[in-house]
Amino acid sequence: MAIAGPKIRSIGAAQSPLLGAAMFSPAVLYLVLVIGAPFALAVFYAFSDARIGSTGLHFVGLENFRSILQSPSFRMALKNSVVFTVCAQIIVVVCSGALSIALEKPFRGRGLVRFLILLPWVAPVSLGSIGWKWILDSIYSVITWVLIWLHIYKPYSAPMWLGEPHLAMASVILVHCWRLIPFSTVVMLAGRTAIPKEIPEAAAIDGAGFWRTLFQINLPMMLPIINVAVLFGTIFTFTDMTVVYILTAGGPFDSTQTLPSLAFATGIQGSDLAAGAAISLFLVPVLVLIAYLMLRMAHRAEVV
Amino acid sequence: MMRTGLRKSSARIAHGTVLIVFTVLLAFPFYWMLIATFKQNLDLYTVENNPFILNAKPTLDHLRLLFNETRYVRWLGNTALVGVIVVSITLLLAIPAAYALTRLTGRWGQRLGIGIFLTYLVPPTLLFIPLSRVVALLGLQDTIWSVVLVYPSFTIPFSIWLLMAFFKSIPRELEDAAMVDGLTRFGAFVKMVIPISTSGILTVVIFTFTLVTQEFVYALTFISPESQQMVGVGIPIFLVRGDVYFWSSLMAACLIASLPIAFLYNLFLDRFIAGFTVGAIK
Repeated sequence: MAIAGPKIRSIGAAQSPLLGAAMFSPAVLYLVLVIGAPFALAVFYAFSDARIGSTGLHFVGLENFRSILQSPSFRMALKNSVVFTVCAQIIVVVCSGALSIALEKPFRGRGLVRFLILLPWVAPVSLGSIGWKWILDSIYSVITWVLIWLHIYKPYSAPMWLGEPHLAMASVILVHCWRLIPFSTVVMLAGRTAIPKEIPEAAAIDGAGFWRTLFQINLPMMLPIINVAVLFGTIFTFTDMTVVYILTAGGPFDSTQTLPSLAFATGIQGSDLAAGAAISLFLVPVLVLIAYLMLRMAHRAEVV
Repeated sequence: MMRTGLRKSSARIAHGTVLIVFTVLLAFPFYWMLIATFKQNLDLYTVENNPFILNAKPTLDHLRLLFNETRYVRWLGNTALVGVIVVSITLLLAIPAAYALTRLTGRWGQRLGIGIFLTYLVPPTLLFIPLSRVVALLGLQDTIWSVVLVYPSFTIPFSIWLLMAFFKSIPRELEDAAMVDGLTRFGAFVKMVIPISTSGILTVVIFTFTLVTQEFVYALTFISPESQQMVGVGIPIFLVRGDVYFWSSLMAACLIASLPIAFLYNLFLDRFIAGFTVGAIK
């Protein structure tokens, strides 16, 4: 047995590429067919004149890109996508940073508080958005009721939250934040457990105050995990169309339209597959950038 | 001495305030659904009434309407059915793939694993236009089979990623021992590795199921008849009749569908988050 030991180890450690390939190829083949091929088809559509219901298909070069770049709704959607994503990430990082610090120490009822805080992330996003649509209703909004109760507005003169461009944009950002804060909080909590407790404690003993400990010790050490939260948060906001579609459907007057919701309105509802596909391709540069940043992070972790 | 005492109590107040404010803000919409569910219409639609409380006796009418006069139960059933099928497909494809990439293919298996994880970043909003044509060509449009075909595309990559982390933590000696006992490599995988991986597999089951219930874009694009809907699309699209919103039934529908999903997801959340944070935490 003692002699067989090393030999067995080498059998077990031996890789079997053939068996391996047989075991992973069904999954890889499926992903190529359902993600790779449609992506290629999207690129192909973007350079064609494909429409729902028409059979002919012609190559039109950059025509789709030229016409969407000239369309005001596209420029609005591009701007909104960036504004929504950036604003939401800033608010989310600040709020979930504070919340993760508050949740770190054990206290009574922590499990229940955690469940309540996580609800927006773990419940289906379309259903949470419907809840907000009712909260932001033009007549029966609870926010309006509170503002009237506080005598900030007179009855029936309060703004329509989803009916005025700037308020509608703020509402969409708010709902994105509401949904993402729980996710970022848990990611940051996971990251904070990796920070050795002795360092902030030593800093406190040395007389560093809360803010100094936060900015000079906690934040720098949390930076990698904040990056993770922001990268995923950016993807979830930038590529999302559910929140916008349910709250405002892009309105009023395209003021809350984003790239995904405009692609849906053009490509599916408007039957213009080619233009819709071209619009959605504008998501790709951001996705590639994020994938690159994630790879760099994974590589660094592998090396260290 | 007094200063540190002051500092301590102000820290405690700040701590409590942050927790209370965020808990209230984040959970509020669900309280709002709950109270709307039991409000009488006259109470709900009287703007002068205090909206935070029930001003009249609670009513079950809205729940009755939801369960008797809408397709809500059918949508829940469709979603559960799709969930079960997609979970099966995901397990069938992801478990062997994850094992192969962790154990059998060496360093480039790891690389391929990262590549597969990156496909999880490709959003439905990039693929729904071409996929809508593919689904139509296959004759799957307007049936739940359209989403059964497509949903594994986002459940498999993340499941492989989660399972790879899990398989890595299994000591190789266990497989070695099984192979000494006369099992083949594949036999060791089936008879040894899978049984001790139940908790990892269960995580994938819950994760996949909750992702299926949360999806919106594909279901909205591929399926139009009311009876074939998934719950996440059926509620926001079909419970609205013309311009009339049955707000109470709508809120009840959201709450009832959300809570079990939220509860399940919550139990396994830390494991999913571990999947997101690989690379940043060692």
